[in-house]
Amino acid sequence: MTIFPQYDKIPIQMKISGAQALIESLKKEGVEIVFGYPGGTVLPIYDVLYGEKAIKHILPRHEQGSTHAADGYARVTGKVGVCIATSGPGATNTITGIATAFMDSIPMVIITGQVATPLIGRDSFQEADITGITQPITKHNYLVKTAEEIPRVIKEAFYIASTGRPGPVVVDIAKDAQVNKFDFKYPDKVNLPGYKPTLKGDPEQVKAAAKLIAESKKPLIYAGGGVIASGAAAELTEFARKLNTPVTTTLMGLGAFPETDKLALQMLGMHGTAFANYAVQECDLLIAVGARFDDRVTGHLPSFAPKAKHIQIDIDPAEIGKNVRIDVPIVGDVKQTLKELNALIPVKAGRHLAWLKQIEEWKNKFPLSYKKNNFIKPQYVIEMIDEVTKGEAIICTEVGQHQMWAAQFFKFTKPRTWVSSGGLGTMGYGFPASIGAQFGRPDSTVFNIAGDGSIQMNIQELATAVIHKLPIKIVVLNNSFLGMVRQWQELIYEKRYSSTNLCNNPDLVKIAEAYGAKAMRITDQTKVKAALEEAMKITDGPVLLDFSVDKEENVLPFVPPGQALNEMIID
Amino acid sequence: MKHTISAIVENKPGVLHRVVGLFSRRGYNIDSLAVGTTEKTEVSRITIVVTGDDLVLEQIIKQLYKQIDVLEVFDLPQNESIERELALIKVKANEKTRNEIAQLAETFNARIVDVAEETVIIEVSLEKEKVENLQKLLEKFGIQELVRTGKIAIQKGGKNNG
Repeated sequence: MTIFPQYDKIPIQMKISGAQALIESLKKEGVEIVFGYPGGTVLPIYDVLYGEKAIKHILPRHEQGSTHAADGYARVTGKVGVCIATSGPGATNTITGIATAFMDSIPMVIITGQVATPLIGRDSFQEADITGITQPITKHNYLVKTAEEIPRVIKEAFYIASTGRPGPVVVDIAKDAQVNKFDFKYPDKVNLPGYKPTLKGDPEQVKAAAKLIAESKKPLIYAGGGVIASGAAAELTEFARKLNTPVTTTLMGLGAFPETDKLALQMLGMHGTAFANYAVQECDLLIAVGARFDDRVTGHLPSFAPKAKHIQIDIDPAEIGKNVRIDVPIVGDVKQTLKELNALIPVKAGRHLAWLKQIEEWKNKFPLSYKKNNFIKPQYVIEMIDEVTKGEAIICTEVGQHQMWAAQFFKFTKPRTWVSSGGLGTMGYGFPASIGAQFGRPDSTVFNIAGDGSIQMNIQELATAVIHKLPIKIVVLNNSFLGMVRQWQELIYEKRYSSTNLCNNPDLVKIAEAYGAKAMRITDQTKVKAALEEAMKITDGPVLLDFSVDKEENVLPFVPPGQALNEMIID
Repeated sequence: MKHTISAIVENKPGVLHRVVGLFSRRGYNIDSLAVGTTEKTEVSRITIVVTGDDLVLEQIIKQLYKQIDVLEVFDLPQNESIERELALIKVKANEKTRNEIAQLAETFNARIVDVAEETVIIEVSLEKEKVENLQKLLEKFGIQELVRTGKIAIQKGGKNNG
């Protein structure tokens, strides 16, 4: 159903309701899919959505699921993820999803219903001050009290969410504003005098950076999620190869640089590779590209990269010098700045050979590894996923040990193929995110790698995946523990496994089957690959693979909290 | 070190909440806060006195700029700005002490704005330190009630901040 079947397009001015205006505004922004859950204060919006053809509406089974799905969709497509929730509990259920997106700078617009304006502030049924609640976890938010504001606010919300350093924007719309009619006209541009992201780096700073780079003997590129957000993976690869300089990526930066390249050092930080962490501690120049010196990356801050000068390229001025003193800061878009730097760097063969030789030695001496035994090793499962997919898959994870093993043992080669909650560390994120990812990239193989703890946090979304026949491969690395917490308890709390034993887990295979999904339990390491190959053949719905893995396997290397990167436990 | 930060913000609901929320969640201390309209109806000015070193100050200014509704932020240099706090002080007074209080007020360029049988109210608008000095000197008469605004400040000369 279109609102104006008699017209090919909406006339420039026409009286329509706020809810109709909202949907028309979403179409103007090119929205194809929204993830939402209906309720009392969004009934006018759902009435417009009824039969709507241009925008597909997906109903997850929990509002948290819809926010993570919108987030996963945004991460794999680069578009703005959109979700809808009703007021009160619907809106508060989106909080974890909003905070997750905020910490990882993911562009999202979250539309919530609000009680009608005469009821606001009276503790009305299902009333919650959602603009107040989300103020610290949104890039911006709006409370819309009149229908007339809707087109402008939606235009601004999409603009703010997707430009500069991306982030979630909440639009809370009072129910009467959804009902009232007005002359709809979508604005051509936004007028936000207080919001003007700097895209072009200061040319003098870019030159100063090029000079530091030319002087460096042991440079290291430290690439973060900003490279992905800016779409700068190709520019980063050119930069690294031209300079013949090794690249380490943060968890959020996985896929920014092909890990199959000899210059790749993979992830750094708490569970980074030993060679990446040693390179950080030995380099004389650290080039931070769209990365924010998070505590999980730096370890003990004063000991981080002690011999290095620092260049930092970031679109957010507030990230410059927040944690680490920067010698040459460049505020600007990563893609544009790298292009300018690439133009300034002369082609020269044989750069940094001694440095690369040193790194090669570390790589040979301290490779990522694990000890085999009679149990299924979780790392082995990840290696087999890489093998059966030939590295061509979108990997969505929850948070914990399985997440770190996925980050370590899958070889990421392309941007927007890694979907994981880095900043907030949200258990229960990955499965609903994989639903959004599969909608965003219907032709890609999508894996949700989960632990037995995390998968139970949003397992209700099996219904969504089954109904929409999404061929997601859910891999549960089941160790009957909250593994990462258990690991800390083992190493730091004398094996006092307080509340981390999940030996009373339900039968995940039966749960999956009850939802109508296919499922397998794998207990024999010789059957791992065959099970994954069989799962790859299932194309008409999700499949859950419950791998009973070695229960007390640890994620290594491990930089204990508060220690320097070179003080890591390797084996 | 104390800094006086002046933020020019859009006159929209929720702006003060955003600014104050930013200070509390990032652990910056607000010594005083004053909000009011400006020569332009569409913007307000928030004057915040904070304590912090240069790094903290830099972060505060950058974080304030990240707020969509914040238009401009200045760190007002103390010796180049006119700074004022307004205080209303209700002091116990009787026939014997009233004159003494009036003289004291006069030396501070303060005014007596209300006289009652047992109290007087003094209005004073000065730099923070001088307000505090007057307060101290009035204590011996007995301060019954005192109310102070946060500091407001404006840059001297032709420079126009906002």
